[in-house]
Amino acid sequence: MSLNRSDVEKVALLARLQLSEVEVDAMTKQLGKIVAYVEMLSELDTNDVQPMAHAVELENVFADDVVRPSLDRMDALKNAPKADEECFRVPAVLGD
Amino acid sequence: MSICAHSATELKNKIDSGELSSAQVCRAFLDQIERLDEKIGAFIQVDPDQVLRDAEAIDQKRLRGETVGPLSGLPVAIKDNLCTQGQVTSCASKMLANFRPPYDATVIAKLRAADAVLIGKTNLDEFAMGGSTENSAVKQTANPWDVNRVPGGSSGGAAACVAAKMAPLSLGTDTGGSIRQPAAFCGVTGLKPTYGRVSRYGLVAFASSLDQIGPIAANAGDAALLLSAIAGHDALDSTSSPEAVPDYVDVVSQPLTGLKIGLVSEHHGAGVDSEVLSAVDQAVKVFHSLGAEVHEVSFPHSKYGIAAYYIIAPSEASSNLARFDSAHYGYRTDEATMMAELAAEKSANPKGEAESPLIRMYRKSRAEGFGTEVKRRIMLGTYALSAGYYDAYYLKALKVRRLIRQDYDQAFQQVDLVLGPSTPGLPFCLGEMADDPLSMYLQDLCTVGANLAGVPSISIPCGFSKSGLPIGLQLQGPAFAEAKLLQAAHMFQSQTDWHQRHPELP
Repeated sequence: MSLNRSDVEKVALLARLQLSEVEVDAMTKQLGKIVAYVEMLSELDTNDVQPMAHAVELENVFADDVVRPSLDRMDALKNAPKADEECFRVPAVLGD
Repeated sequence: MSICAHSATELKNKIDSGELSSAQVCRAFLDQIERLDEKIGAFIQVDPDQVLRDAEAIDQKRLRGETVGPLSGLPVAIKDNLCTQGQVTSCASKMLANFRPPYDATVIAKLRAADAVLIGKTNLDEFAMGGSTENSAVKQTANPWDVNRVPGGSSGGAAACVAAKMAPLSLGTDTGGSIRQPAAFCGVTGLKPTYGRVSRYGLVAFASSLDQIGPIAANAGDAALLLSAIAGHDALDSTSSPEAVPDYVDVVSQPLTGLKIGLVSEHHGAGVDSEVLSAVDQAVKVFHSLGAEVHEVSFPHSKYGIAAYYIIAPSEASSNLARFDSAHYGYRTDEATMMAELAAEKSANPKGEAESPLIRMYRKSRAEGFGTEVKRRIMLGTYALSAGYYDAYYLKALKVRRLIRQDYDQAFQQVDLVLGPSTPGLPFCLGEMADDPLSMYLQDLCTVGANLAGVPSISIPCGFSKSGLPIGLQLQGPAFAEAKLLQAAHMFQSQTDWHQRHPELP
């Protein structure tokens, strides 16, 4: 399976990355090479193999349902590129 | 013998006996950093005044007769992807250049509780993605054995500072070899613990099912000292293990009898440098002489490790790094420029579908804040997880991951530990692989298996090339066999002096 420029542009939108023309070219070539390399996995018959998502297959871990202090609002806002006393600020989402 | 030439364990004993103070030890290492780090570039951040204040506070505690923790005021270097409260934690990325975490990582809290002094934050490949530390957005780190070569990565700063005696102990992180490969390249000892042995809370996540924090030090005894301080269950990381933590310091010097070692046949032939192979052969002889049985074991799926890893790790990374949205923290693009750009696009094409300012803010901020390798991995992971490709790539890789794990399970039915090179080659030159990401990925041949299987693994120095570059020996064990790995490494180091050689530095 080979990758073309429009695949790369589509993935860049999904990944919320804006790539320059030059980057799209380079990425198309490099990702193509890497994807061609990983194709070797198709040599293996894995029909009867269970996927392994995690090294330690723990049962669900529950936390005690107790109230604990959480991060202070001002501390949470401290690293924001733009904030007021209450909220993270972003460009308008709706309307002009 | 200068203070910095001593091992961490020796320094601890000197501080505990009153021969040296923590402040004296820390000052000696600060002087060494001052003298050498301009050349090496291991540290991103050092605050000498704070270091000395912390050291003096521990000395005062001792003078008041209070109990001092097991690290006794020893300096420890911290890889800059571990959160330190109020102190910039950049992951060597423009994205987090000004990020001051509101909390300490669990390992940092544990180090403070053990009375370690945090001497500085070390350089890494951006977000720990890379094997040379060249992907740092901050600076380049040089290999202390040859400053024209890479220190390895991603914990390049963490390994280089120990090799150059700018810190006796150092914390690294390992997702596919990022502790062991730089330890091998810099001629020091580095341990990746079992997945779950050390809490990941406060480690900036790269690939959550593979990441582990571990010690880098001059020898196995020192690594045991640091591992003892950071291992254990943590309620803040539900993947951390409740398995009891042995006293690594106590057991490390106890020799193992009847040790059975497997030599990985797939890592002992084509694709591995001949000088590396002969150093590994010499190491096998050392273990023979110590009474160990060594025979070949096979990891039939080893050759698929890199392919599985470079699907799974980027997939997890693409998901983890989605949090960098330029809204909650981190770098944001200049909004006025961005709005002007959108307005210009609209007037050029009034009927076209315009991107919303919010989406454009995400895309531009992430494009400007992330470096090339990080973008490449986000793209690769997003592709592998996208509709239509999920089964062919991600799911397939997870199945192959189980086959790799089964290779380990089968090997550990026959032997206690497996042995092989840490890296297929010697430290390469700065810039040598910059334009060829796939060749760089292939350097992870020997190390990715342990992360995929979740087992512990250690790299120790086992020789030098004719050109004077260090070579690393990798030992891997079954889950929670850290004590056995450290004991075997200590046995080896009691018979060899590779770990005691120092690079010639000004």
